[in-house]
Amino acid sequence: MRYHTPSTFEDAARLAAEASGITRFLAGGTDVLVQMRAGAVIPDDLIDLKKIPGVSEIAQTEEGGWRIGIAVPGARLGAHAGLCADWPGVVEGMELVGSTQVQGRATLTGNLCNGSPAADSVPGLVAAGATVEISGPSGLRSAPVEDIPAGPGKTTLQPGEVISAILLPPRGTAGGDAYQRFIPRTEMDIAVVGCAISLTLDGNSIASARVALGAVAPTVLLVPEAAAAITGTTLDDDALAALTTAVEAACTPISDKRGTAEFRTEVAGVLARRVAKIAYARAKGAEA
Amino acid sequence: MAKDEFTEFKLVGTRPDRPDGLDKVTGRARYGADMSMPGMLWAAVVRSPHAHARILRIDTSKAEALEGVKAVVTRADFPEGLTGEEWNLQENTIAGDKALYDGHAVAAVAATSALLAQDAARLIEVDYEVLPHVIDVDDAIKPDAPAIRPGAADATVPEGMPANVVRYIDFGHGDVDAGFAEADLVMERSYKTEATHQGYIEPHACVGQLGADGKGEMWVCTQGQWYIRKMCADVLGLETAQLRVTPSEIGGGFGGKTTIFMEPLSLALSRKAGGRPVKLVMTRSEVLRATGPTASASMDVKIGMTKDGTITAARAEFRMQGGAFPGAPVDMALYCAFAPYKLKNVHHIGYDVLANRPKCAAYRAPGSPMGAFAVESLVDEMSRELGLDPLDVRLTNGVREGDRASYGPTFGSIGLIETLEATKAHPNLLVPLGPNQGRGIAAGYWFNHSGETSVSMAISEDGSAQVSVGTPDIGGSRASIALMVAETLGIPYEDVRVNVVETGSLGVNEPTHGSRATFASGKAAVVATGQAIKEMCRRAAAEWGIDEDAVEWVNGAAQPAGPNAGKFPPLTIREIAGKMGETGGPISGHHEGLPEGVGASFGCHVVDVEVDPETGHTTILRYLVVQDAGRAIHPSYVEGQYQGGAVQGIGWALNEEYIYGEDGRLQNAIFLDYRVPVASDLPMIDTVIVEVPNPGHPFGVRGVGETGITPPLPAIANAIQDATGLRMTHLPMTPPKVLAALKAAGRG
Repeated sequence: MRYHTPSTFEDAARLAAEASGITRFLAGGTDVLVQMRAGAVIPDDLIDLKKIPGVSEIAQTEEGGWRIGIAVPGARLGAHAGLCADWPGVVEGMELVGSTQVQGRATLTGNLCNGSPAADSVPGLVAAGATVEISGPSGLRSAPVEDIPAGPGKTTLQPGEVISAILLPPRGTAGGDAYQRFIPRTEMDIAVVGCAISLTLDGNSIASARVALGAVAPTVLLVPEAAAAITGTTLDDDALAALTTAVEAACTPISDKRGTAEFRTEVAGVLARRVAKIAYARAKGAEA
Repeated sequence: MAKDEFTEFKLVGTRPDRPDGLDKVTGRARYGADMSMPGMLWAAVVRSPHAHARILRIDTSKAEALEGVKAVVTRADFPEGLTGEEWNLQENTIAGDKALYDGHAVAAVAATSALLAQDAARLIEVDYEVLPHVIDVDDAIKPDAPAIRPGAADATVPEGMPANVVRYIDFGHGDVDAGFAEADLVMERSYKTEATHQGYIEPHACVGQLGADGKGEMWVCTQGQWYIRKMCADVLGLETAQLRVTPSEIGGGFGGKTTIFMEPLSLALSRKAGGRPVKLVMTRSEVLRATGPTASASMDVKIGMTKDGTITAARAEFRMQGGAFPGAPVDMALYCAFAPYKLKNVHHIGYDVLANRPKCAAYRAPGSPMGAFAVESLVDEMSRELGLDPLDVRLTNGVREGDRASYGPTFGSIGLIETLEATKAHPNLLVPLGPNQGRGIAAGYWFNHSGETSVSMAISEDGSAQVSVGTPDIGGSRASIALMVAETLGIPYEDVRVNVVETGSLGVNEPTHGSRATFASGKAAVVATGQAIKEMCRRAAAEWGIDEDAVEWVNGAAQPAGPNAGKFPPLTIREIAGKMGETGGPISGHHEGLPEGVGASFGCHVVDVEVDPETGHTTILRYLVVQDAGRAIHPSYVEGQYQGGAVQGIGWALNEEYIYGEDGRLQNAIFLDYRVPVASDLPMIDTVIVEVPNPGHPFGVRGVGETGITPPLPAIANAIQDATGLRMTHLPMTPPKVLAALKAAGRG
């Protein structure tokens, strides 16, 4: 195994493009190192991105959004007052990943690139309309977060491409987001179902919404029909019922050791109702 | 509690720090994997990926060619001709003709580093012919199930039974049909429990060293060093006394570390590698795939009850699989199932069934939790049906001293009624319940055990005392034994050091199992201490020139036993010990035997739950454990046992299970998916220590380690029924199962 410590994303992308065997990028390492220890994935080339300047920074963009470095661990997101105020749903998703110890290392980008449909931080990013900045052989490009997962353990990133930052849009006024997952326990578990919703209000009425679901399909889903079901409403019972119907219709889960397909579909609707109410309350000014 | 009547004790019943506490909180305590030696090699094990497969060929040549590899072993390196349980242990250590479960060891390799050993293990090629497999106990008992080990049935199995039935049990008394005819209500239900793992935090680990001369040593994480010695010697064909086994500190065992799994592999590898020590540490996945889970069970229970709650007859038929080897604890499950009840008519039938799963090991009151789940669920349901208080029904039928137990013997001193009454008086029962909340109660039982015990103690030159015991300290037994010895000697607790010693130091000891350490090693330590006291009295008598019978031991000193014995100032233990070299040499005591007078322990649990009607998720709101300890030598560690048993039972009831795929492979060999409760899942577990002293122990001790895991399974099922109206009969009661049941009932 070859261990690399590039100092720029261009170098990282070039190393990855030139590598012929199994290649892994290393940031927090909470997936990669565990897989290596278990013998599940033993990379030929391990490219450590933590030496690249700026990867551990959270910065406000000129537009008023946020740029999050690829090595920023979950614990730092949770300690960042501005980010928590703007995007509590994104932060609470990331903070559910793993234990306190894991939170000191695990990153949003790693959680996204691990490709798990159950990744706790991804629905929040998708609902928020986050994008990723990608460095590759042909320079920089940008993509919505929902375009990155391709299926369990897979992404749409091409060989030689590496995510160099996550970008959250400006929250604006009268907006709120939230994430909840269902697990049989209370922590240290993997989502059986996850749901994130971000919405903005015009008075009491929902002006726009994005609804994302985790662990009910091969990838995290953005469900426009579910957003449409609550847009223009005050989240009354009819809207919640329509939200439930749209969410359940979007679910194509599997039955596995973590839950049956019927259970996941049912609970996706339950979570969507609960999460929508929290996001709505936050948009009205409730504290996260 | 009623502790006031025992105030003659200075130390027993107090809560000093445990002697191993500082080492454990500072990380200095040495566990199994902490042992390393000069020249040591590291081992890795090749395991079958198949549930059932014939091993056609094992090619180790590529592994042996790897630089740094010092030894490879397969079954061919082990002696042939073993029979019975010795053969079972050998077969489970390393597969012979067939791999019998996913994770069954097939070969092992030792190399100069752990990474090299893992690389070498991947180079070992094994050709398998995959055979049909069977996992579920109800499938395994079918006549057309794949026969796992033809000929494994013992003499109890009548002819014509299905191939995987290896033991048949049938016992009882009275006339159950007549009893059912007397009942106002007869109900019959079927229940299932899934296999669960003991879930100890510390994986199995050992360092083994064995020379060509057959002399060897082992350092190992175990509940029983003599069992390790005997089993390794049997499996390897060694002379037992030539093997010396030293136990490490132990990070949990719960019964799962009373036997061998991979230990003989390290010795076999060491012998092949010229006697270099070989370290073998299991991964969590190996622990879950290849070390003893408990059995899974399928159970039918029928009970008859009169309108006032009197049980007129009871019948149980239990089927259990304990893996591909005989030994599912179906007998214990049946013995314990009806133990809290005085029954005139009872009939038990049991089947021990083979399946393609790992060889089950003991797990905290083996069998009893399953039996309790079935019986206590049905008693609760019938109490509800008849409009009776479930605690009153247990009081109506509860066994007392002198009653014939459901499994035959006559109970001596027991504390079930006192336990039930203490439960009834507890304020938790008065807490009002909200919507979707429910309360459940259940009783539970464990016999407790004594067994082979050998203990030595000695007085040091300064009057402090050392005690050598053979029972590894899992739950605070060193503290408890030190308290009892210090109380007996009349010296401070801190002046007694209790050492858990290696096999060369004492006669054979059974492991720390059967909740026996504080009872059996404690009782033997008190007898041995009495010998040392007698010797110290003798030396004082010699110094005073009086008869030794005229000397008594009071408050850590010898003194004349009354005015007629003579007028001498007391001689303290420190004074006597200080001149032991001139007065006859070392002062010590030793006791060995099978300590008699085991006291059984009953418990009663009360749990409040809330069930989320939208997700089926059960939250434990409140949990109460009431149990008879006989006497709590160190109440904190008694409470710890009560709480630990309850927590393991909560895991078993709600989420823990072995999940197999269609291919017979274990799907959840990782703590992420094998869901033991985490701290945030649980409320503080409330405890009440009932003390009905056991007359068979000098301080009244009953074992307390195991009973606590027996009531939680039914108590939680009963609480879920109280909250939802649903009777869950198949553990674990996971959210998907509960939600499906709610929807089926039109309530989800």
